Formats: sequence, structure tokens, C-alpha cells
Amino acid sequence: MMPDLGRYAEAVLSSYAVSLVLLVLLAAISIRRARRVKRELDAYETRLRRDRG
Amino acid sequence: MSSVWEYANPKKFIQTSDRVLPVIAAMAVLCLVTGLIWGFFFTPDDYKQGSTVKIIFIHVPSALMAINAWLMMVVASIIWIVRRHHVSALAARAAAPVGVVMTIIALATGAIWGQPMWGTWWAWDPRLTSFLILFLFYLGYIALWAAIENDDTAADLTSILCIVGSVFALMSRYAVNFWNQGLHQPATLTVKTDSNIADVFYYPLMVSIAGFMLFCIALIVLGTQTEIRARRMRALMARERMG
Repeated sequence: MMPDLGRYAEAVLSSYAVSLVLLVLLAAISIRRARRVKRELDAYETRLRRDRG
Repeated sequence: MSSVWEYANPKKFIQTSDRVLPVIAAMAVLCLVTGLIWGFFFTPDDYKQGSTVKIIFIHVPSALMAINAWLMMVVASIIWIVRRHHVSALAARAAAPVGVVMTIIALATGAIWGQPMWGTWWAWDPRLTSFLILFLFYLGYIALWAAIENDDTAADLTSILCIVGSVFALMSRYAVNFWNQGLHQPATLTVKTDSNIADVFYYPLMVSIAGFMLFCIALIVLGTQTEIRARRMRALMARERMG
């Protein structure tokens, strides 16, 4: 299944590895921050509403 | 008749983007996985470049997105300067980290590809150099947003920086056309279909480009939502502090 990359295997595989790691990291960090900010805003707004009675 | 300016309302933007975001994200994953698997496993070696041609399915889409993200930021910055819509300034801010990662991928894969083909990781070639300057502009843009406390002032100054940096974004794209020197090959994709790459590489490349584009759009929309919420939080806290 794995294609024969010949003498350039290192270059091709490292290109894909570096890129995929960066793409996954970017997506993970973005999703994590989005969830954290949403959770914090929801908690803050709930507290403000409760304080105002 | 609804207008595009309706989405300048943060609430409306979040409501609408919440509905479309899962669809864009699913399409992005589908196109990315298809394009990269097709490109890596099911394309032949190039007669000149051997198996390194497979790097094209990452290098070209990421370079394209690095430039397009900046151009999107320029449009959003101009909208901010002219119409003062906060969502556009925040969308530009959200696009910067996505653009910088695309630039890093393009530079890294370019260097890895260049070493066996050109015999060097780096050359001060017009396209490579303008791309490196674009990368520095991205860093400067992100740093400027982080350095200024007042959101509106930060949006004003970063918008100006963005417009100035657009020179290098355009240069990155067209340097190979108007500077007939350097190591970098001419544009891989042009409007002249006869000078494009062979179909066997062209179709998976198109799928991969679609995947990268949708991936960037999804992350920019998500990032814009996050920036809108973070800005609202800062505004509420400031209001509370003032009593």
C-alpha cells in the first residue's frame, strides 16, 4: 500500500509529517480556545444576571 | 431583501455561522483527506522530480492560503476603516494565526523540497524572500494586536499594517512572473490550461486546495466567533468595573 518513494522518502515523509502536525495543532488550539472563551462568557453573563437579580 | 451587512451584527454573525460551520468543517475534512490520500498514494512519480512531486499537494495549497488569508485580512481591514464594523476587524484578527501557520507550512515544505531539487534549503530568490517578509508581517500583525489594549485603536493600526503588507502578499504571488530570475519555478496553476501541470497531478491538487481553503474558512469563522465573544467579555468587564 505504501508507495515506493525511493531516495526522496525522507523529504516527502517529513513534509507530510510537519504539515499534518501543524494542521492538527492549529485546529486543536482553535477549538480549545473557542470552547474556553464561550464557557467563560456564559459563566460571566450568568453571574451578571444573577447579581442584577 | 437581506444584505451582507446584516452579518456585521455580532449576534447575527454567530447565529448564522453556528449553522454553517459544521457543514464547512465536514467538507474541509473530507476534501483534505481525499486530496492528500489521492496525492500521496495514487499519483505517479514525476520524470524529473521523482517522488518529491507529492509535496506539491501540501506546498501549493498552503502557499495559496497564506496569501489568500492576508488578502482576506486586507478586505476586512478596509471594511473596518470605512464602515467601522467590529466583526470585520475581528475576522481579520482571527485570520492571522491561520495565515501564519499556512506560511510556516509553505516555507517548511518549500525548504524540504528545495534541498534535494536545488541542492539548498534556502535561496534569496524573489518569491522565497517576499514570502519570508509576508511571514514577518504576519508576526508583526499578531504582535500589534496583542500589544494594544484598546480594541478600536488596535484594529485601526493593524488595518494599516495589513494594507502595507499586502504589497508583499501580492509580490509572493506574482514575483515569479515579473522577476525572471531565482530558483523557484513559474506558477504551478495559471489561467492558461495548456501550461498547467499534468491532469494526473492537477485533479488531486484541486481537491487538496479545496480542502485547505475550507479548512482555513472553518478556522477563521470559528476564530471570529471566539474574538466576538472575547470582545464582549472585555466590554462587560469594563462596564462592571465602571459601576
